[in-house]
Amino acid sequence: MIVPLAREVLTSLRTALEALGAYTLFGLRLVAETPRALLRFSLVVQQIHNAGAHSLVIIMMSGLFVGMVLGLQGFDLLERFGSEESLGTAAALGLLKELGPVVTALLFAGRAGTALASELGLMRATDQLAAMEMMAVDPVRRVVMPRFLGGTLSMPLLAAIFSMIGLFGAQLVGVQLMGVDSGQFWSQMRGAVEFGDVMEGVLKSAVFGVACSLIAVFEGYHSVPTAEGVGRATTRTVVISSVVVLLLDYMLTAVML
Amino acid sequence: MRQTRAIELGTGLFVLLGFAALFFLITQITSREFGFGDGGYRLSAMFEQVGGLKPGAPVSMSGVTVGRVEAIEYDFNEYRARVTMRIDSAYDRIPDDSDAGILTAGLLGGQYVGIGPGSSETFFADGNQIQFTQSAIVLENLISKFLFSKATEKPADGSPEESTP
Repeated sequence: MIVPLAREVLTSLRTALEALGAYTLFGLRLVAETPRALLRFSLVVQQIHNAGAHSLVIIMMSGLFVGMVLGLQGFDLLERFGSEESLGTAAALGLLKELGPVVTALLFAGRAGTALASELGLMRATDQLAAMEMMAVDPVRRVVMPRFLGGTLSMPLLAAIFSMIGLFGAQLVGVQLMGVDSGQFWSQMRGAVEFGDVMEGVLKSAVFGVACSLIAVFEGYHSVPTAEGVGRATTRTVVISSVVVLLLDYMLTAVML
Repeated sequence: MRQTRAIELGTGLFVLLGFAALFFLITQITSREFGFGDGGYRLSAMFEQVGGLKPGAPVSMSGVTVGRVEAIEYDFNEYRARVTMRIDSAYDRIPDDSDAGILTAGLLGGQYVGIGPGSSETFFADGNQIQFTQSAIVLENLISKFLFSKATEKPADGSPEESTP
């Protein structure tokens, strides 16, 4: 009775450890390949275009709406304390430190991460990766690396754009709609937000960029070469990315606060 | 070829927009009007009590920010707190008998150093010390003083319930 249960637990524990180890080894390999891949920059540029430029519309639209909601909710909350001039500060800090990096990473996992995973998975399923190996072309170097770097480099820029548009949205609702004084809005924000706050957001989004890109290319590259396998790889990318981003967010916040 | 050019153009625009956003966030949202460590001159002042004053807090004259608090440390020679301030070089005509006090912005606002100008003909220079200072008001001290003064004046006051028959 006890023995099969213990065996079950041990097996799943072992599977989890194996997955962690596989991720670490794959990540280390990508890090080791980075300098060489940066030399072939045109491939990376193409992936920045795919992962970054193509995500612009969804990022900007989401940023605008998140900022507008922040303006509305923040105004409602701060009005109760009679300090609605602090709306600028609240919106800026919320966007820069939390919402910008986190929501961008979640959207990135949904928009670009799935694209990367299904693309690589389909390459695996249609034996394109095997064909490359036959031609003595290393698929990690030629296919995986540019995608990983493109995603990693795009994320901080996307998060910055998200925060800027979000702030514009908060300003739109707070100042134009709710009538917070424009000068108060901006000057209180400038007084309270420091250079370190901006850098905290950039650092967070850089970490999320590495994590999301790594998860997407890992799941795609190691997907089971069937139609079902590609679908599962795509799903796993979104699920794992979301959980890891939120977990990392808590850890980074705890460290930097 | 045309396709690669289009990709490069799109990527370039994206990267440009990203860095523009970052630049906007750094320059327009943060308060970096006073470059720390460069430009301006230093003043110091000794306080009995600095309260919640923090490095980076503004130094103001008549409400105009003229500098920032650079460092706060405890001086064991005088047994008081030494506050070092960096004043912007544009404000180089502060009389050397001016006084400094630690004030609070609003009821719940942050604390700052307020400088009240004196009437001397000579001005502060780099490294000078402000002689006349007024410490931060600690709310607990204020309340306890108020309570004690209430307690001592009670017998003289003679409230109606305590009136002797």
